[in-house]
Amino acid sequence: MNLRRFQRALWATLGALAGAGAVQAADISGAGATFPYPIYSKWADAYKQQTGIGLNYQSIGSGGGIKQIKAKTVTFGASDMPLKPEDLKEAGLVQFPMIIGGVVPVVNLKGVQPGQMVLNGATVASIYMGEITKWNDVRIQRLNPKLALPATTIAPIYRSDGSGTNFLFSHYLSQVSPKFKETIGENTSVQWPVGIGAKGNEGVANMTAQTDGAIGYVEYAYAKQIKMTYCDLVNSAGKTVAPSGESFQAAASNADWSHAQNYYLILTDQPGAASWPITGASFILVYGTPPDVAATGEALKFFDWAYRNGAKMAADLDYVPLPDSLIRLIRATWKADIRGVPAMASASDTKRM
Amino acid sequence: MNTAAAIDPRHAAGQRLRERLFRAATFVAALLVLMLLGGVALSLLHGAWPALAHFKLRFLTSEVWNPVTDQFGALAAVYGTVVTSLIALAIAIPVSFGIAIFLTELAPVWLKRPVGIAIELLAAVPSIIYGIWGLFVLAPILQRHVQPWLIDTIGPLPIVGKLFQGPPFGIGILTAGIVLAVMVVPFISAVTRDVFETVPDVLKESGYGLGATTWEVIWQVVVPYARTGMIGGIMLGLGRALGETMAVTIVIGNAHRIGSSLLAPGTTISAAIANEFTEAVGDLYTSSLVALGALLFLITFSVIAAARFMLLRLERRALSSV
Repeated sequence: MNLRRFQRALWATLGALAGAGAVQAADISGAGATFPYPIYSKWADAYKQQTGIGLNYQSIGSGGGIKQIKAKTVTFGASDMPLKPEDLKEAGLVQFPMIIGGVVPVVNLKGVQPGQMVLNGATVASIYMGEITKWNDVRIQRLNPKLALPATTIAPIYRSDGSGTNFLFSHYLSQVSPKFKETIGENTSVQWPVGIGAKGNEGVANMTAQTDGAIGYVEYAYAKQIKMTYCDLVNSAGKTVAPSGESFQAAASNADWSHAQNYYLILTDQPGAASWPITGASFILVYGTPPDVAATGEALKFFDWAYRNGAKMAADLDYVPLPDSLIRLIRATWKADIRGVPAMASASDTKRM
Repeated sequence: MNTAAAIDPRHAAGQRLRERLFRAATFVAALLVLMLLGGVALSLLHGAWPALAHFKLRFLTSEVWNPVTDQFGALAAVYGTVVTSLIALAIAIPVSFGIAIFLTELAPVWLKRPVGIAIELLAAVPSIIYGIWGLFVLAPILQRHVQPWLIDTIGPLPIVGKLFQGPPFGIGILTAGIVLAVMVVPFISAVTRDVFETVPDVLKESGYGLGATTWEVIWQVVVPYARTGMIGGIMLGLGRALGETMAVTIVIGNAHRIGSSLLAPGTTISAAIANEFTEAVGDLYTSSLVALGALLFLITFSVIAAARFMLLRLERRALSSV
């Protein structure tokens, strides 16, 4: 009798679960990167109010997003690290950038105010390789002639969890330091030879704020909202730039998107006097021949809506919307590479005028 | 006379059926546990196989953990797991036994209940709270006051000094060990107190009657009587320390390195998995993380097996001495 009652309860539970699944099926489902999650959910809220169609986005990380889209359990995947053209081809996926953000070095050093310290890529790489260990090292002092730097030991703080932030940061350091590229390399998580690992942006922020002599790197929105002591960087044009929406957008505009196959372009160390050197786009992955054409069509409609109406919301959250020229390229890609989806892209282009 | 009439054969048959069903249900429940355990072990092994086949023994002997070049070795994580747990036990065992002895033998009656309840409450605090406490309260104190002192006084000594050198970051292996100690104290002391309470008063009274001091009664009557239970409590604490994830991840510094110093950052198996699993791209990387999980399973399993074995031997010796 107990057993039978248990069975009945089990079936009831399963039935309820199946029912819940059916209700959510109308929503757009996606999974992946955590970095763009705040803006995706903000867009999703506004989109739902207008259209009644919700977004079920699981911010499980880029790696998880790639796995989920490959397993076809979601309509789109999201990744902070673009897939290589050959990987895309093998999986039959189409990728395009959705939103731009930047990574900012932050420090905790007595007497140093936000924006006062200037660093360049080679110096930051040397710090994270353990070659520069004191703040009064001549290489740092030379970049900051006006600052009185103490002989404090540098405590490099890094992201211990795999993340797009790690990828952008290590990619940038690999661009500017051949030795870094050779000994450490670029990835969503790398083996740092020195320093302390903290989990998440908030972990790095707290650890930096708490450790005297620390240097760390966080997403710009984070550094700005909790007023951390961010540093300026010397970019590839030799100019000192401050992190801001404008300098991220400059990096994105100066990048040569039209020649990048499958948008495989990482925005670090881009040319241009105003370009912030550690900038990156977050990408969306969908199938070129979607298993569920209607669902992918709904997802693209949402992205199209976000390109048209999402810029203000993105700026409010300290993200940077894509430049118009890039959005036009992406619409052309949708038309050419995604089969079976109605050509809503060109229609929305005309609506825009 | 009446009873014979009351047994209705149909009723008896129904009862037998119910009995059989009940037995089957409990059997299935018990079997389910075994199946779950077997399933976990099998799927861990299955997931870990690509990494184990690729790296072979190197997976156990290498401390390199480099996702860029796809080189993975578990040594640093195993080292961190074992060392943080040992530090935790080294601190927690004497403190817990002190608590248990005080509560059962020495404390005034009005104090027993509040302290006992406080310990049980400590055991119910979620681990994330301990982690945040470790990061925001303990780490700054260690960084500013304790670690500089350790570095200056013990650091220059030969051999032992090696364990306390390097810059004071406030977090690292030692900090993780201390936080773990705080987390396992409630477990060990609660169990120890309970087994101390099972010591028959007659034994203790005879001890006192023979003119033994409190110290002698505790060490020569209470502790020997309760030894098996104490070991059980320690193993329970060790089990928790080995597998603890969140609190350790926050305070250990998450570095796949084996530093000679206890002040250096390190990592543990569960911290590495929690940190890296979501973003692990590539089959070898994912598989290596699963292999780490399998190792933790193995370590925990052997700890429990060793504890069982010790208990068995103690029991046998106790029986033979009677």
